Amino acid sequence: MSVPSTPVDNLVDVPAEEGMSIQNKKLSRIEKRAIAARGKLSSPWASGIAIIIAVLWTIPTLGLLVTSFRPQSQIQSSGWWTLLSNPGLTLDNYDEVLFGSSTKFATYFVNSLVITLPAVVIPISLALLAAYAFAWIEFKGRNVLFVAVFALQVIPIQVTLIPLLSQYVKWGISGSFWTLWLSHSIFALPLAVFLLHNFMKEIPASLVEAARVDGAGHVKIFFRVLLPLLTPAIASFAIFQFLWVWNDLLVALTFAGGTTNVAPLTVRIAELSGTRGSSWYLLSAGAFISIVVPLIVFLSLQRYFVRGLLAGSVKG
Amino acid sequence: MRSMTRRSYAALATGAAFALILAGCSDSGNKSPDASSTGKVDCAAYKQYGDLKGKTVSVYTSIVDPESKQQTDSYIPFETCTGAKIAYEGSREFESQLPVRLSAKTAPDIAYIPQPGFLKSLVADFPDAVKPAPQAVIDNATKYYSEAWVNYGTVDGKLYATPLGANVKSFVWYSPKEFADNGYTIPTTWDELMTLSQTIADSGRIPWCAGIESGTATGWPATDWLEDVVLRTAGPDVYDEWVNHTIPFNDPKIVEALATVGDVLKNPAYVNGGLGDVQSIATAPWNEAGNGIPAGTCSLMRAANFYQANWATDVTVAEKPQDNGVYAFYLPGKTADDKPLLGGGEFVTAFSDRPEVQAFQAYLSSPEWANEKAKVTGQGWISANSGLDASLLQSPIDIMSYKLLTDPAYTFRFDGSDQMPAAVGAGSFWTEMTDWIATDKSDEAVLTAIEKSWPAS
Repeated sequence: MSVPSTPVDNLVDVPAEEGMSIQNKKLSRIEKRAIAARGKLSSPWASGIAIIIAVLWTIPTLGLLVTSFRPQSQIQSSGWWTLLSNPGLTLDNYDEVLFGSSTKFATYFVNSLVITLPAVVIPISLALLAAYAFAWIEFKGRNVLFVAVFALQVIPIQVTLIPLLSQYVKWGISGSFWTLWLSHSIFALPLAVFLLHNFMKEIPASLVEAARVDGAGHVKIFFRVLLPLLTPAIASFAIFQFLWVWNDLLVALTFAGGTTNVAPLTVRIAELSGTRGSSWYLLSAGAFISIVVPLIVFLSLQRYFVRGLLAGSVKG
Repeated sequence: MRSMTRRSYAALATGAAFALILAGCSDSGNKSPDASSTGKVDCAAYKQYGDLKGKTVSVYTSIVDPESKQQTDSYIPFETCTGAKIAYEGSREFESQLPVRLSAKTAPDIAYIPQPGFLKSLVADFPDAVKPAPQAVIDNATKYYSEAWVNYGTVDGKLYATPLGANVKSFVWYSPKEFADNGYTIPTTWDELMTLSQTIADSGRIPWCAGIESGTATGWPATDWLEDVVLRTAGPDVYDEWVNHTIPFNDPKIVEALATVGDVLKNPAYVNGGLGDVQSIATAPWNEAGNGIPAGTCSLMRAANFYQANWATDVTVAEKPQDNGVYAFYLPGKTADDKPLLGGGEFVTAFSDRPEVQAFQAYLSSPEWANEKAKVTGQGWISANSGLDASLLQSPIDIMSYKLLTDPAYTFRFDGSDQMPAAVGAGSFWTEMTDWIATDKSDEAVLTAIEKSWPAS
C-alpha cells in the first residue's frame, strides 16, 4: 500500500509548486482524489485487467467480423474460431447484402441518413432552448415543470406507438419521414432537456451574471456565453441520439412502414435472413455494413462523450 | 449561426427525401417496360377487371426478399393490362405490425395472412376493417379451390380470404440412391416406416435427423410432427376438434400421438443422425438439419416441400438415384388408404372494397395469376388452385406436392398451430415442444402445460 502513495504525494506537490496559493486549499481535495484515482488506474495490475476486459469485450465483435467473411457453408457448419483450420475468406456475403436485393442497398443507407440527421438536430435544438429556460430564466412553476419533463423519461415509447400513429394518420403524414423526425424528437426530448439542463446549471452563475451586467440579453448569453461551453454536452448527446436513431427498427417500422421510400437500413437488415430465416448467414455482413457509420461518428466524437456524460449526469 | 445550420440540415433532408421519391418513381418506371419485353402479355383474360389506370393497390405481406421479387413479378401482367399499380411491402414483423396498422386506421389494401387463426382474430378484433370477399372472388374460390381450403378463409359463414400459395408438410426427405443401394422401398404405411427405421438402425446407422431451432419460432417443426401424427393416429375429425379446442389439448388421443412422435424423436437409436443425441434436435437449425441426408449421416427427415430451398447448391432434388440426390416421399398414414395431408398457405385478405382492390383480389384467386406465379418462380412454389397448369412447375417435388394437394384421395388439413390462438400456436406450443426435446419433459406434462395456456374465451 505504501508504493502507490509515493507517486501521489509527488504529484500533489506539482500544482502546489506551480503556485496557485489562494485556490490551492479549495481545489486540493478534488485534485487529490483525481490524482489518487490516476495513481490507482496507472498501476500495471489495473492496466492488465483493463486490457483483459477490453479483449473479452471485443471477442464477440471480432467473431462477427471473421464470420462475415466466411463462406456460407462454413458459417453453417463450424464456428469462426476454426478459421485457421478451415481457411478461406470471401466477400460473397457482402456482395449478397449490398447487391442481392431488388432494391439498392444505397437507398436504405440514404434513408437512414435522411431519418437520422434531422432526428438528431431537432431534439438538440429544442432541448437547448428548453434547458436554458429551465436553468437561467425564473418563472412560476419552473421546478414543477422540470420534474414533469424529467418524469416523461419513465414512459415507455411502446405505449405511445398506436396513439401517435393514429394522430399521424389524421394529419395525413403517415408513411413519410415527418413521422420519424417527430417521433424521435418526442422520444429524445425529456432526456435531452434533463442532460443539457444539468450541464448548463454547472456553469458558474457569476459568468451569466457578469454577462447580464454587461447588458447581454438572453439570446446573447445563450449564443455567446453558454453555447461554446456546452459543446461537449451537445456532442455527447448527439452521439447518444445518433446511435439510438440509427439502430432503431421499432419506430421506423411502426410509423414509416417498410416501403423502400422511407425504410432505413435496420429494416433491410431485419429482412436479410429471408422469409423463413434461412439466409441468416448474411446477418454478420449486414451488421458490419450498418456499423460503419455509427463507428465513424463515435470515434470522431468520442473524446467529448465521456466528458460530456460525466458533466451532465454527475452533478456535484 | 445555429439556426442557420439547423435550417440547412432540414433543407438538405427534405431535398434528399424529394430526390428519393423521384428515384423511386423512375425506378418503377424503368421496371415495367423491361418486364413486358420479356414476354408479350395476352390481355384478353384481364378485360374483366376493367381499366384501372392511375389506381394503386397496396399489398402488405410477410414475404420478403428474394421471394418477394417473384411475387411482384407475377403482378406485372395485371399491371400492364389494367394500368393499376401494385405497391408491395414485405416485412418479417408482419404479424405484429398488421394489428398496429389496423388500430391506427392505416391498413394496407390487401394483406397475405399466413394463419387462418390470425384471420379469425382479425375479423373478431376489427370487424369493420376486414372486408368480405366480393362475388367475383367467391366464384373463383368455389370454382378452383377445394372445400377445405375455402373453409379456412371463411369466418362465421362469410368468405373473407382466398388461398394464395400453398405448401405440403407431410413429406419425408430421403436419398433415392441410398434406398436403391440398400434395397429399401418407400413405406406406404406408418408401420412400414417404423420397420424401415428399425432396419436402418439395425444396420448400425441412425435413421432420422431433425432440427427445430428457428430463432424466436424455435419449436415449430416439432409442432408439425405432432400435427402430422395426430392426423394419422387419431384421424382428421379428432384433429379438427383438437385444433378448435372442442377437446382439450391434452386429450388421451393426443397424448398417444405425442408418444408416437416420441418413438422417433426421443428414441436415441433413431435420432439424431450426424448431429448428436436427442437433445441436439432442439439446437439444430431446422433449415440445416437435412444436410446429413446427402452427406450420408442420416436417411430420413420429415420436412415440408419448401425445404427444397434449403439444400446446398450441389444437391439435386430428383427421384432418380444419383450422387448428392434427395427426394421426398409422402409421410404414410396408418394404412395405405388412409391419406391425411398436412399443409399450409397464405390467405389474401382485403381491408378495402375499392373496385381496384377487388379486381386485384379476384386476379389473385384466378388461375391466370397462379400460372403467372408458377412461371416466374421457377421452383419452390405451388398453389392449391385447381386451375394451375402443372406443366409450369419445374421442380419434381413441386409437381408431387401439387398432385397430392389436388388429389381427392388425400384429406387435406391446415397446419394446426396456425389455426390456434397465437398464445398457443405461436407461443406455448412451440416452447413446450422445445422443452419436450431439450429437457426431456414428459408427454403429459407438455400437453397439460399447453392446455393451461389456452386463452379462455
